[in-house]
Amino acid sequence: MLKELKALKSHGRQAIKNLRTQAVSPLFRGRPVISGNITGEEINSLAAMCPVRAINENTGSIDLGRCVFCRECEFMKPEKITFTNDYRIATNDRKGLIINPGQDIPIRCDGNLVRKDVRKLFRESLKLRQVSAGGDNSCETELGAAGNVNFDMGRYGIEFVASPRHADGIVITGPISENMARALDLTWEAVPDPKIIILAGTDAISGGIFDGTPALDRSFIENHHIDLFVPGNPAHPLTFINGIMDLLGIE
Amino acid sequence: MTAVKMNQKQFTVIRNNSPSSAVSEIPLLDHDAFINLITRSLKDEEKHCISYYGVRFKERLTLYCFIADDSNGSINVFAHEPAVNDPLLKSVTAEFSQLHIFEREIHENFGVKFEDHPWLKPVRYPSHRHDKAQTIDNYPFYSIDSEELHEVGVGPVHAGVIEPGHFRFICNGEKVLHLEIQLGYQHRGVEELFVSMNNALQRCILSESIAGDTSVGHALAHSQLIESLAHLEVSEGLQAERCIALELERLAIHIGDTAALCGDVAYQPGQAVCEALRTLVINTTQLWCGNRFGKGLVRPGGTNYPLTGEVADAIIMMTDDITKRFGEITDSIYSSPSVLGRFDEIGTMTRKQGLSTGVVGPSARMCGIDRDIRKSHPFQYYRKHSYQPVILETGDVLARGMMRNLEAFESIRIIRKMTEDWRDKVKEISKPVYDYKLKPESFSVSLIEGWRGEICHSAMTDINGNIIHYKVKDPSMHNWSALALAVRNQEISDFPVCNKSFNLSYCGHDL
Repeated sequence: MLKELKALKSHGRQAIKNLRTQAVSPLFRGRPVISGNITGEEINSLAAMCPVRAINENTGSIDLGRCVFCRECEFMKPEKITFTNDYRIATNDRKGLIINPGQDIPIRCDGNLVRKDVRKLFRESLKLRQVSAGGDNSCETELGAAGNVNFDMGRYGIEFVASPRHADGIVITGPISENMARALDLTWEAVPDPKIIILAGTDAISGGIFDGTPALDRSFIENHHIDLFVPGNPAHPLTFINGIMDLLGIE
Repeated sequence: MTAVKMNQKQFTVIRNNSPSSAVSEIPLLDHDAFINLITRSLKDEEKHCISYYGVRFKERLTLYCFIADDSNGSINVFAHEPAVNDPLLKSVTAEFSQLHIFEREIHENFGVKFEDHPWLKPVRYPSHRHDKAQTIDNYPFYSIDSEELHEVGVGPVHAGVIEPGHFRFICNGEKVLHLEIQLGYQHRGVEELFVSMNNALQRCILSESIAGDTSVGHALAHSQLIESLAHLEVSEGLQAERCIALELERLAIHIGDTAALCGDVAYQPGQAVCEALRTLVINTTQLWCGNRFGKGLVRPGGTNYPLTGEVADAIIMMTDDITKRFGEITDSIYSSPSVLGRFDEIGTMTRKQGLSTGVVGPSARMCGIDRDIRKSHPFQYYRKHSYQPVILETGDVLARGMMRNLEAFESIRIIRKMTEDWRDKVKEISKPVYDYKLKPESFSVSLIEGWRGEICHSAMTDINGNIIHYKVKDPSMHNWSALALAVRNQEISDFPVCNKSFNLSYCGHDL
């Protein structure tokens, strides 16, 4: 008993007070800012160098749904690209993940795209079933961390449940391997309506570094409406929780 | 490669973290000589197979076997070309089960038959498998016909937030008679991508994505392999930095695993405190390189995130904090009767079983097997740091839990010592090398002691120095069978704590 009390005394209060404003390390790779005066030639060399074709060779935009946040574009042209440590990069509008040169505005959810029943029913209680479909376990670990003593998304009634039958939606991680395609379908079918789909991490949103390999089957993404995109490699718990709060209209 | 005549050497010898060798130096043995050499080698407990695979190049299939000799830090390499039509080898698995996974993989990828192999179970249903008619959805699980037994199937989607795999239990009431594990759900085609992606940066990103919880481990195995094939050297300072990053990864996971084990036995203070401590460690990695898993930190030839004095100070401060608080909570955990009641003598694997099934890493060390690459085949800055592995004898969940505890403090000791050494080193900031040229017609092997055990990356180049074959071996390849053995005759309700006590990688196995 005394040992527990000693450990808990050192433990103190661990919950992050405000998940909207919590600071992260300066080097955290969040929303990038691309200079408005980036030249065509610079765009060409950056687009050719990007390992995941996240940089558009015409517009020079960075697609956060494809980006693995390796920062090599910033290392190549530090005066033109900066990855800020703004972790609020989740959105429900896939186009909202495309960052254009000259654009330095926060990424948020578009309230008009949110189904009315989602905010009405899940605002105070959102139970999610996680499906790892080829994920490398970094996103899965971060999603697990989102419920820990520090991030505590449970304070908003958000938690992961053991059965799809108990869930209001699924959170997919991983590029969706062919070997998981059927299990993903079955899990989704088992979730009662109304339900939502969240994609967490670059691999889930676009396939990431695995996009194009024959071992994947991403037809699920093509056949279903996605309610929230949470970029990252892996998606940081703060990105995930803030994204859901935005989706649900929590202040 | 020329076929070996009598009296010629039977294998070539290489060492970990050394420049690559010519493929032509690998002796090509006939069937009997090949099989005999494997069996003779494995009779010695200090030798174990670190990799054994097939390479198809220009219509020829060649099998390469790599046996590590822990007694002198060397790796013996030899090869065999099976028959073109109906390739058949005698299976060594019946005598040495540790080879089962390799023979099954060769069979799955190339259709090579292994005579008298006890069970050529599919490994991962890769997209390029030899028999495409077999799919993961129609796998026939081992079953026993009895009215007293029932089957319990778990997965691929499990209760927790973890990766998928299928566990098929055959139970008598609550007692597990047999567990069969089927993996492959996470297969993404990693090895093919290493070959087809003829781009250094893409390969780096790929290496970090093999198993994201072992980003530093796999990225280091890859970088070390590339440096070997390109005959690149890195400074001692950078070698020390890499080891510090590897130990930070080990420390974070061991604390996180302790939290998970506490959670599974409903010991809330243990779970809550350890979760917070893990955050402390990975946030330190994030302070260093901007990513909680160390993605982006390790690159061939250099780094984008050289360690700074400020980050080094933060690391030391963090280890002070962890020493105190992890020490307090583990003191509490391992003296709590309710926890010990759930850990002690649960999920036991004997030393004999461990040797037989070929376990590596903490899963080996927890049942008395002294296997640790940091000691036997030291790499990077471990070559300057004599390391004694933590060895426990009882082989149960308690031993695996204690492994995390003791190794965490070992990691802290290593981090502190190496950081101290690093401060005295000349700081040569070298950027990553992406335009490396690999030696032609060469091969190399790179061994790293990741937190789950030995990681082995190996590759072969063609006449132009292009990679024609890349093999990844995550320690989970060896260790999944240990879990299946450990739960026999245990209560099925103890399965979660047994599974978590091993904490093996699904994606590392499936590739």
